Amino acid sequence: MNANPQLDRQGRLQHLLTTDGLPPGIIHQILDTARSFHESGADSRKLPLLAGKSVFNLFFEPSTRTRTTFEIAAKRLSADVINLNVASSSQSKGETLLDTVDNLSAMHADMFVVRHAESGAAHMIARHVAPGIHVVNAGDGRHAHPTQALLDMYTIRHFKGAFENLRVAIVGDVTHSRVARSQIHALTTLKVPEVRVIGPNTLIPRDVASLGVHVYNDMRAGLRDVDVVIMLRLQNERMNGALLPSREEYFKYYGLTPDKLVLARPDAIVMHPGPMNRGVEIDSAVADGAQSVILAQVTFGIFVRMAVMAILAENS
Amino acid sequence: MKILIRGGRLVDPAQGLDAPGELCIAAGRVVGCGRVPDGFVANRVIEAGGRVVAPGLVDLSARLREPGFEYLATLESEMAAAVAGGVTSLACPPDTDPALDEPGLVEMLKYRAQGLNQCRVYPVGALTTALAGQRLTEMAELRDAGCVAFSQAGSPIADTQVLARALSYAATFDFCVWLQPQDAYLGHGGFAHDGEVATRLGLPAIPVTTETVAIATIVLLMRDTGARVHLCRVSSAAGLEMIRAARAEGLPLSCDVGVHHLHLSDVDIGWFDSNCHLSPPLRAVRDRDALRAGAASGLVDAVCSDHSPVDEDNKQVPFAESEAGATALELLLPLTLKWGREMGLGLGETLARVTTHPARILGVQAGSLAEGVAADVCIFDPAQEWLLAPDSLVSQGKNTPFVGYPLQGRVTQTLVGGNLVFDRQAAER
Repeated sequence: MNANPQLDRQGRLQHLLTTDGLPPGIIHQILDTARSFHESGADSRKLPLLAGKSVFNLFFEPSTRTRTTFEIAAKRLSADVINLNVASSSQSKGETLLDTVDNLSAMHADMFVVRHAESGAAHMIARHVAPGIHVVNAGDGRHAHPTQALLDMYTIRHFKGAFENLRVAIVGDVTHSRVARSQIHALTTLKVPEVRVIGPNTLIPRDVASLGVHVYNDMRAGLRDVDVVIMLRLQNERMNGALLPSREEYFKYYGLTPDKLVLARPDAIVMHPGPMNRGVEIDSAVADGAQSVILAQVTFGIFVRMAVMAILAENS
Repeated sequence: MKILIRGGRLVDPAQGLDAPGELCIAAGRVVGCGRVPDGFVANRVIEAGGRVVAPGLVDLSARLREPGFEYLATLESEMAAAVAGGVTSLACPPDTDPALDEPGLVEMLKYRAQGLNQCRVYPVGALTTALAGQRLTEMAELRDAGCVAFSQAGSPIADTQVLARALSYAATFDFCVWLQPQDAYLGHGGFAHDGEVATRLGLPAIPVTTETVAIATIVLLMRDTGARVHLCRVSSAAGLEMIRAARAEGLPLSCDVGVHHLHLSDVDIGWFDSNCHLSPPLRAVRDRDALRAGAASGLVDAVCSDHSPVDEDNKQVPFAESEAGATALELLLPLTLKWGREMGLGLGETLARVTTHPARILGVQAGSLAEGVAADVCIFDPAQEWLLAPDSLVSQGKNTPFVGYPLQGRVTQTLVGGNLVFDRQAAER
């Protein structure tokens, strides 16, 4: 149970579930493979790497953007893609998660791309499926969103060249963010010397320092001299649970505005996993500004997801 | 029927006894402990060479799931599991469906249990109707029907005025109130200890303050009402310190821990092992170590199984969707022995936590081999190693974090009131 459930006995990637414990060599392999797709212009023509394979997009939680980018990535690798919006079908009829997975496995699935509202769902499916079927976690609860984190690493490497001398700040609702957790593990694995998280205490998990990050409540102090600013999305429902008083106060103290961004290094890049709440966590002047690489992240996301699926298929 | 248990090592913490000797039983009672009375002629001899002859275990919390949850377990299955685990007396919490809030339900449960003629069942009555935390139950009537204490099981009373009045009313009759210290709000929506593991896994968390705020409230209300309270399933070092302080000022406060919490911590959740989804949650290693030390020093009075059989369907789901609980009646003895060995305690001291001490909390005459008491006896081989496989368990619940673990110490025979209710050789034949 405590062994690394993502790797086979030879240490090859079998499932991509989390960046927690993912060896740096595999992260670099994914980033290098993504770059080869990027440089070879694979966005305009199909590659046969997943020809004859069936990829099931199994989304237990609504998502448009992530599902679409996985679909595009799989199709560029010539896979057959089946999209299942399970939230509106079998689960509402009472079928259990593992029954759904068994049924789809019986339809000869080669790969599941899974999103689920509960932490650990992808791990559970990966433990359950037959050998040879791969599971890619497209977001489980608050736990992990590894392909997002990997495309963020790709973006950072693309613009900054290397990881070993960077200061990175992650700003916002870390407690509820699977993206933040996966980014933190990826950044520390890639030996980024200083990772900061910035936010009010109600949105920062109690023991986050144990993940190797420094906590800042003061956004201005936290942004000073950083090379990369990663903004997190703030969900509206955070006002209901007495975590925050209002979006307005949040924006005033933790929204990224041009006057706060100047505290970072002049060549700092601004990232956001999307979808953005303009005027809540980020000012439009920053989101659309010269330092923003937010749209590049989206483009790179397809190459990174292609890379993950190609490597998993190769390890079959 | 006269029974002679011969050649065993008699261990009875109630008498401070640990010596080889014979145990003689007649008409359901112990008539000779360490000696054979003059003229005693046994109809039946149980050879206990190389084994320990101890009082039957007294378990302060075992969910039998009846009435209402028969798909999870039945009285038949779980009482058979109890005696297979050497448990001869158990208290069952009131969180059945319906809750044990009416004398009729309690009488029915007692009647069903007696008919099965296995271990003794002591129902714990609901403190409030349907455990809803609003109206008091008829506690005196429930006591007359057979309840030994009153509790809210896992449903804390949110309204502190109701809690204060429940304690005050219970104190009128000197009833002991058993409370699992849980603030009704602080752990809301949480599933794992608020620490490094929950942070890393992104599991909604239950902070230690869930327990400490509740203990503070209970202690203040105890001073005010004079109620006797037993705290069930203490889980944190900080909670234990508050209990130490309350006892130092002389408050009638006792407490127990679940046996899992003596061995496991949140780290054992690994990658979302739902078998480690327990209530209260497994906390940090330092909490576990404080519970282990507290149980050894006597600050923690008793160790219980907190047996909660859960079926596969309710565990084969993501961690937060899984039902809390583990099967444990058959693990109580080997896991308690393991803790005792690791803490360097003698066998008598170890067994006291699952015999004499819980019997005192229950207020029943059990947990002893003294002459004159009912012959509830557990005979076990302290050296036997066995591998815990799901199908090696009698309980209908097969879910335990210890699946695949080698355990040491196994019950061979169990007697309740002088009746041989479990004999492993016969059961396995």
